[in-house]
Amino acid sequence: MNRSAILRDIAPVIRDHLVVCNIGLPSQELHMIDDQPTNFYMLGTMGLASSIGLGLALSQPKQVIAIDGDGSVLTNLGTLPTIANNVADNYILLIIDNGSYGSTGDQPTYAGKKTSLTAVARACGCETVVEVAAKDTAQALTDALASKRMTVIVAKCDSGNIKVPVITKDPVVIRDRFMTAVRS
Amino acid sequence: MSISEQIVSDLVANDIAFVTTVPCKQLGGVIDAVEAHPDIMHVPANKEDEGMGLCAGAWMGGKRPMIVMQNTAIGVTINTLVTLTQFYRMPLPMLISYRGELKEPVACQAEMAVHTKALLAQLNIPTYHFHKQADADELDAILKYTFMCNKPVAILTDATFWGGC
Ligand SMILES: Cc1ncc(C[n+]2csc(CCOP(=O)(O)OP(=O)(O)O)c2C)c(N)n1
Ligand SMILES: [Mg+2]
Repeated sequence: MNRSAILRDIAPVIRDHLVVCNIGLPSQELHMIDDQPTNFYMLGTMGLASSIGLGLALSQPKQVIAIDGDGSVLTNLGTLPTIANNVADNYILLIIDNGSYGSTGDQPTYAGKKTSLTAVARACGCETVVEVAAKDTAQALTDALASKRMTVIVAKCDSGNIKVPVITKDPVVIRDRFMTAVRS
Repeated sequence: MSISEQIVSDLVANDIAFVTTVPCKQLGGVIDAVEAHPDIMHVPANKEDEGMGLCAGAWMGGKRPMIVMQNTAIGVTINTLVTLTQFYRMPLPMLISYRGELKEPVACQAEMAVHTKALLAQLNIPTYHFHKQADADELDAILKYTFMCNKPVAILTDATFWGGC
């Protein structure tokens, strides 16, 4: 199972929640699979989906799911201590760990080699960290939503991409639509 | 009221409720005042681009944000300012210590000081420079302007403003 198969599996679980989605193919795939006003797509900044998601969770009561990638978490590794030390029980960080920089052609990341993001998240002080196989991601998300505890999920999956169009929606439209959904 | 308390009271008067910080020696007093204020959620960041991500989320969640950082962080955050804050049209007041100006004891700070205003101008970021303490009288208007126009706005505060150090 690759990233797009996970996104297809979890789409029914996340569709009614606030979602902040990683740059590149993850956002393009989610947009194609199940575009929702509750989705905030990163169009250009690598690494900040988890930070935007945390800021959002700390600022309002609805549950927030940040969908990030292994490469993006590695580029903003400082996010994990910030998450650990500013607990928001309405926050779930889902790291889709395909061991590669998928959007740029599946160059390997260190998360696919010796580095365990699960162990890093625990060492940073995150209290609830679960590592799952790709096929168990939807169940892990369902459990995390029900637990109402801040959870980091590391979903291990295959690399590989599908053909998907770029997002042509204007960023201000995406953002305004999202803010309306946050307030509703 | 100390200058730091005056600044924080302007933040609160403008409904700023989420502040992220990366320390600078000159900003110690204002960071303490932010931390102490019951109406402000203070979330220290490890890097300033991370902080700008937190601020983007906070603003979309309904809390007005601010980042407190050193001018050297302009070099860290250009991509985020352009592709997140400006691209999605988000307001972000940035209270910035302007290191490397008159009274600076550390030579290396002058290296980013000479690029600071040029970079901000290149990015079309409205920029205000506090040199004397009376300049802070404009902070209230600058904050209102920032949330009126949905732009990142820089407030540079130099050593003379902070009383030299
Ligand atoms: C500062 C910066 N450097 C590089 C890139 C190019 N880039 C875009 S997406 C991406 C890969 C992200 O990988 P990951 O987060 O693991 O997501 P995946 O596509 O594998 O799901 C890279 C390197 C960028 N957008 N910004
Ligand atoms: Mg990846």
